[in-house]
Amino acid sequence: MISRETGKPMTTRRRPNTLVVGVVLAALLVVVTVVSLASGAYRIGIGDVVRILLDGPTRTSTDPVAHGVFWQVRLPRVALAVVVGASLALAGVIMQGIFRNPLAEPATVGVSAGASVGAVIAIIIGANALPLGVQVAAFFGGTLATALVYALSRHGGRTEVVTLILTGIAINAFAGAVIGFSVFIADDAQIRSVTFWSLGTLGLATWRTVAAVLPLGILGVVMSARFARVLDTLALGDRSAGHLGVRVESVRLQAIAVVGLLASSAVGATGMIAFVGLLVPHIMRILIGPRHRHLLWTAALLGASVTMLADLAARTLLAPAELPLGVVTALIGAPFFLVLLRTTRRAEGGWG
Amino acid sequence: MIPANVHAATAPGAVVLRALGLGVERNGATLLTDISFEVRRGELLAIIGPNGAGKSTLLGALAGDIEPSAGSVELDGRPLTELVARDVARLRAVLPQQLSIAFPFTVREIVAMGRNPWLDDRDDAVVAAAMQRLDVTHLAERTYPTLSVGEQARTSLARVLAQETPLLLLDEPTAALDIGQQEKMLTITRGLVNEGHAVVAVLHDLNVARRHADKVLVVHAGRSVAYGTPHDVLVADRLSSVYDHPIRVIETRDGTPYITPGE
Repeated sequence: MISRETGKPMTTRRRPNTLVVGVVLAALLVVVTVVSLASGAYRIGIGDVVRILLDGPTRTSTDPVAHGVFWQVRLPRVALAVVVGASLALAGVIMQGIFRNPLAEPATVGVSAGASVGAVIAIIIGANALPLGVQVAAFFGGTLATALVYALSRHGGRTEVVTLILTGIAINAFAGAVIGFSVFIADDAQIRSVTFWSLGTLGLATWRTVAAVLPLGILGVVMSARFARVLDTLALGDRSAGHLGVRVESVRLQAIAVVGLLASSAVGATGMIAFVGLLVPHIMRILIGPRHRHLLWTAALLGASVTMLADLAARTLLAPAELPLGVVTALIGAPFFLVLLRTTRRAEGGWG
Repeated sequence: MIPANVHAATAPGAVVLRALGLGVERNGATLLTDISFEVRRGELLAIIGPNGAGKSTLLGALAGDIEPSAGSVELDGRPLTELVARDVARLRAVLPQQLSIAFPFTVREIVAMGRNPWLDDRDDAVVAAAMQRLDVTHLAERTYPTLSVGEQARTSLARVLAQETPLLLLDEPTAALDIGQQEKMLTITRGLVNEGHAVVAVLHDLNVARRHADKVLVVHAGRSVAYGTPHDVLVADRLSSVYDHPIRVIETRDGTPYITPGE
């Protein structure tokens, strides 16, 4: 069909049904979960995965080693991947919505780095001995960085891409310096912990970590659902959103708090895992469109699967050695980010 | 478009918008001084004036974007400052000069955003009717960036219409449109006025203002220099002095006046 007015061919591309996409994403999550539970240094058959799961955490009627690996190592790791992946993807969706910019992401704009600094400082001063000490410190660091990015990169009610990215560079550089200095003054044990934060890994997942992150993740998901409609209207710009009765500044502050909550608790548990929050929302936006009502939950589902897949790659590619997860996501995410940067730049007609 | 139950309070001909001694200052500079007028249902007020006269500032103050330093704006008889955001959004809608949308929303999704102050069981029907009226129904599943300028303008107006407000504030609704698109937009706007909407439009084209407006407000250097019917307001002497260029009002063969530059 040819457009009546532009004379250009009509590019009406029917978006796939959200329900179908949801079912596919859920199926993907199940498959990736089962494969993740089965694969690793100690192989467990797919059939055994189900049997051990049904056995429960205490009974050890089957292979006791497999049982131990499954319940003590693999299941908490997979559970953590799900929570952290979903949190990062959600944080990405919300951040892109409030900044009206597809390049905003907890890692690129420095929120994750801020959380890392909080965590590292907690380790150096010994606050990691306290229950949730690292998580709380990561939360404060991340929220502070979010507030900083917000204050520095907005001008006259809008965010310029170039300012946003440059603010991210500055915060990331500062975080790098703080972490570098921390390594310099740290003892050996602390250095290992600090390295863990800066590279990102699910390797130290325990049920305790899962228990620390899960409530924050759920809280973030519940709170983000409230913003779905309002985030849509923000795409019109602050002024037009305001004309529709949206109290823009108040909404934005609440949304930023949720981003801080999600990103910081994720980073607190696993260290910095870059680009999940960038890649996943972008893929979902291409698949189902930009409406946040569906974007939020589908991105959370895909974020969980992608993080699990990346972790699967991290622990199987060079087995028995294990790659840091943050390295894997950055290897895949950075080229993607460059492509996105180019297309966004073209769409905006250059940044002068 | 407006169901009887929604705006029963404002009877036809009732004053919807009133500016009382409106003044705006920013960074010590006076942008607007002592502007007063009122707009009734079934009335189209055109705001005209040279570039930098304060037209957009005035519209911003009427919309509630800019806080006046003097005077007040009343919506439906109540001061704007005493109304909560949602009630304001149910009384007035604003068509910005240019709408840039951050993500590739479809036409239907954008028009549906106009329902934000309502969110009730009429949403789908109102959105469908607004798209029908602006002739964008066939574009419903297209994304905004792929539309032509005219199609984008109509989508924007459909969104404003879906907000179901008695008052519409339009900031240069015909800017960047060709003459056919321009007339299409104005015919639709005129139709809305005839149905009982009150419309305030910033217009650049004096002939458009003369033909379509019921009242004209001439803004010059932040002041209201004339306010009244197009016939009384749009006269050669005044226009020549406001625009600092000789302007003539000539009579065409069928008797309608035409405004044109020249001695």
